[in-house]
Amino acid sequence: MDQAIIIEKSVIIISVFALTMLMAMYSTLAERKIAAWLQDRIGPNRAGKGGILQPLADGLKLFAKEEFTPNTQNKFLFVTGPAISMSMALMTSAVIPWGDKLHLFGRDIILQATDIDVAILYVFGVLSVGVYGIMIGGWASNNKFSLMSAMRAASQMISYEVAMGMSIIALVMMTQTLSLKEIAEQQSGMNWNVFYQPVGFLIFLVCSFAETNRTPFDLAECEAELIGGYHTEYSSMRMGFYLFAEYASMFISSTILAVLYFGAYNYPGMDWMEQNVGVNIANVIGMFALFAKLCFFIFFYMWVRWTIPRFRYDQLMRLGWKMLIPLSIANIIITAIVLLLHDKAI
Amino acid sequence: MLLTLFYILSAITLATAFLTIFSKNPIHSAIYLVLCFFSIAGHYLMFNAQFLAIVHVIVYSGAIMILMLFTIMLMNLNKEDEKNKSMLTRISAVISFCLVAFVLLAAFIKAQPVITEYKVSGQDYQSIKVLGQVLLNEYMVPFEFASVLLLVSMIGAVLLSKKEHINN
Repeated sequence: MDQAIIIEKSVIIISVFALTMLMAMYSTLAERKIAAWLQDRIGPNRAGKGGILQPLADGLKLFAKEEFTPNTQNKFLFVTGPAISMSMALMTSAVIPWGDKLHLFGRDIILQATDIDVAILYVFGVLSVGVYGIMIGGWASNNKFSLMSAMRAASQMISYEVAMGMSIIALVMMTQTLSLKEIAEQQSGMNWNVFYQPVGFLIFLVCSFAETNRTPFDLAECEAELIGGYHTEYSSMRMGFYLFAEYASMFISSTILAVLYFGAYNYPGMDWMEQNVGVNIANVIGMFALFAKLCFFIFFYMWVRWTIPRFRYDQLMRLGWKMLIPLSIANIIITAIVLLLHDKAI
Repeated sequence: MLLTLFYILSAITLATAFLTIFSKNPIHSAIYLVLCFFSIAGHYLMFNAQFLAIVHVIVYSGAIMILMLFTIMLMNLNKEDEKNKSMLTRISAVISFCLVAFVLLAAFIKAQPVITEYKVSGQDYQSIKVLGQVLLNEYMVPFEFASVLLLVSMIGAVLLSKKEHINN
C-alpha cells in the first residue's frame, strides 16, 4: 500500500513538473504569436510548422552560448540567484489540486501532490522566498544597475504581497478553510468564488501581475534607465533560467487564480457526468476544464502586456499602497459584515 | 530516522548561526541568517506545527530578512566606512555581555526541566481551526495587545519618517 502511494505521488509530481516546463516553454512561443496577432504581424514561423519548434530552437541557442561570469567575489551567489528563482517558481505547484480523483486499479487516486492544511499560506511562503532569487542575483552581479533593478523588483513584490494577502483573507473568511482542495470542492457547479468576491478577485489579479513582474508592472526591466534589469550580467542558460522562471510563475499564478476564484476543475454538470458517464471521464474533463481556465489566464496576461502601457515607478507604489491596500481592507470589512448578517450562528 | 533528521537540522541551525556572526561580509551574514530561519522552520515541522513553520518562513525569511537585506544592500557597507570603536565602548560591551550571561546562567542553573507523561488530548493542534479558537478564546487579550503593539510601532515608524519633512 505504501509503495503504491509513493509510486502514485511520484507519477503526479513528475507529470506536474513536466507540464509546468512544457507550459513555460510554449508560453514563450504563445507570447510571440499573440503579440504578432495583436500587432497585425505573422510572428515566428520558420522553425517547424507554424513555428512549433521555436521554443526548442531558443533553448538550444541559450544552451550553446558562452557562459559569461562577471568579475565578482560572489561566484557562488551569482549562480544561486537564478537557481532560487527557478526552484521557487516550480515549488508552488505541489499544493494545487489538478482534479478531483481518478478511479484506477481498484483505488482512488487523488490528483494532487500533497493536500496540506495551510496550502494558501504555503503558496505565500514560497512566493515571498522567491524574491531572494532576484535580490541575490542582482547583488552578486556586482553592477549598480543590476542592484537598482533588483531593489525595484523586490520592493514591488513585497509591496504587492500585502494587498494580495489581504484579498485572500476575505476569501478565506468566506470559505472557512485554507486548504486549496476544500476551496476547490466548495465551488462545485457554477458556485464560483468570483461571483461572491469580485473585488477580491480584481485585487488578486492586479497583484499577481506585479508578483510575476509582468507588464504593466515590469519596471525591474528597463533598457532606458537600467541597461537591462537584474539579469544584465547574466548570459546563456543562467539568464534563460530567469526568463523561464517568469513564465513558469505566470503559469502557476494563472492556475492559482483559476483554482481560487474560477471553480478549479469544476464545470457545470460535473455531478451529472459522474453519475451517468463515469468518475474517470468526468474528472478527466474536469482536468481539461482547469487547463482551459488557466490557458485563458495566460492569454489574459499576454493580452494585457500588449495593450496597457507600463506604469511609472511612483505610480506603481501609489497604486499598491494607497489604493489596493485600503480597498482590500474595505473588502474584508464588508465581507465580514455580510457574513455576520447572513449567518447569525457565527 | 526522526532523530537523525533532528541532528542534521540542528547542525545546520548551529553552523549557520555561527557563520552569521563570524562572516565578514554583512550580506553573507544576512543570507546565513535566512538559512538559519529556514532550519528553525524545519524544527517546527518536526513538532508537527505546520502553521507555525509556514508563518515563520513568511514572516522571518519572507518579510523581515528581505527588508534587512534591502537596507544592507542600499547602505553599501564597505571596509573603509567602518569606524574603529573606542576602547570605552568595547569594554562596556564586554561587561554588559558578561552580566547578561551571568543572569542567564543563574536562571538556568535554578531551573528544573519539567518532564511529565505526554497525554493525548484528542485535539489536533496542527489544525488552524483549533489554533484560531485557542488564540481568540483563551488568549484573546494578549493577542489583541500584540496587534495594538504592532500598530503603534507602525504609526511610530511613519511618524519618524515624516518628521524631517515637517521641519523643513
